[in-house]
Amino acid sequence: MTTGVEDEVLLDGLLDVIFDRYHYDFRNYARASLRRRVIAAMGRLNVGSIDGLTQRISNDARAFGELLPWFTVQLSDMFRDPQYFKFFREQVVPVLRTYPSRKLWVAGCSTGEEAYSFAILLREENLLDRTLIYATDIYEASLRTAAAGVFDLDRMRTFTENHKKSGAKTSLSEHFATTPHGAMFDKDLKDHIVFADHSLATDAVFAEVQVVSCRNVLIYFTAQLQERALGLFHGALVRHGWLGLGPKETIEFSRYRPNFLPHQYRWYEKKAATL
Amino acid sequence: MGVAIGGSAGALDSVHDILGEIPPTVAAVFLLVIHISPTVESLLTTVVGAYTDMAVVEALDKLPLATRTVFVAPPDYHMLVERDSTISLSRDPAEHFSRPAIDPLFETAAIAFGRRGIGVLLSGSNADGAAGLAAMRAAGCKTVVQDPDSATSPEMPRAALEMFKPDLVASPKAIGRWLASTLGGRR
Repeated sequence: MTTGVEDEVLLDGLLDVIFDRYHYDFRNYARASLRRRVIAAMGRLNVGSIDGLTQRISNDARAFGELLPWFTVQLSDMFRDPQYFKFFREQVVPVLRTYPSRKLWVAGCSTGEEAYSFAILLREENLLDRTLIYATDIYEASLRTAAAGVFDLDRMRTFTENHKKSGAKTSLSEHFATTPHGAMFDKDLKDHIVFADHSLATDAVFAEVQVVSCRNVLIYFTAQLQERALGLFHGALVRHGWLGLGPKETIEFSRYRPNFLPHQYRWYEKKAATL
Repeated sequence: MGVAIGGSAGALDSVHDILGEIPPTVAAVFLLVIHISPTVESLLTTVVGAYTDMAVVEALDKLPLATRTVFVAPPDYHMLVERDSTISLSRDPAEHFSRPAIDPLFETAAIAFGRRGIGVLLSGSNADGAAGLAAMRAAGCKTVVQDPDSATSPEMPRAALEMFKPDLVASPKAIGRWLASTLGGRR
């Protein structure tokens, strides 16, 4: 079930092959959970060793396609941690009103739940017009699901509860239609979200934004890769822009810490004067 | 030394009894996973804090390990240890219906600590932690299982005992005394 320390070298080999052949860079992902995911994938893909897995994927793109979700797929909820969105609504939205147009970046958006949450919240605050939400991820299948904007109906109860606690001004059900495939969120919301392929490990800043929300993504990175990602966020944010992280994530150990003013619920404000 | 402790139903009393036996001279890192509800604000850190003079902190991502500190897994995250002696958190799926689960801690502690690790599996009502403790044993860690007869819920210790023979099977107080002597603290 577990791997010995000697297997770390083999794991490095697997990650090198993935990067060289498929250009996905997991080399600086936090090892502890990555290792467990690889082992779980080995069981599911019926491969007896890390070496065997490396050989299997090195010449077989389809086998890699089966492995990839084990590295990437996250499940999130809409309005997860409602206090985070409540703070955004009460403290960040008034600032966003002062801009003629707005750009937000949801980094590591997975299947899109958080991007839609922001779109709904901004619609409630009459700010969705002239707002663009970039929602990025490295996994194409997740992005496709996100762009479709259809979620299982049995998830709507949790989503609705979270939404209410975020200080909702509408009912969540006003924003989707019930279809045989699930809850389909309004086209008007989707029109304000751009789902795009972007890697925090290998790509650069692509826009200037007022808000970056990146939650429960950095926990999967090593400290070194976290620094790279925080550098991108810092570079993308306007002065006095806002960075939101997951409840157990912190910039405390980062060299970017002096550049941000911490607020509640893992919201950080970029300082005007930066190092 | 790193001591990874896991349990679920009934384990808090065991943790109380164990920590009560750890003298101030013991300089070790303690990592604690107790199955807790993912949605309720956790009081675990406060509760465990009253059991010991050591620092008790809820784990944060990339927190460096420190001795005389008990790191507690937060609700709705797995807590793992990296080889560079920092903590990682993950939101990977629940295991044995729980997040945090014990196996992710134990399996990564096995590799991070090796011969400098001790795994302690306490009272609990499913098989979480047994495979992880076996992995710790295979990596050279010492392993401890609460005596099922002393456990409110004996399933968790029993699942481990069915897999292998640990270094110690004992009541929580005896586990605490054994830890104190193994970790080299003197009263």
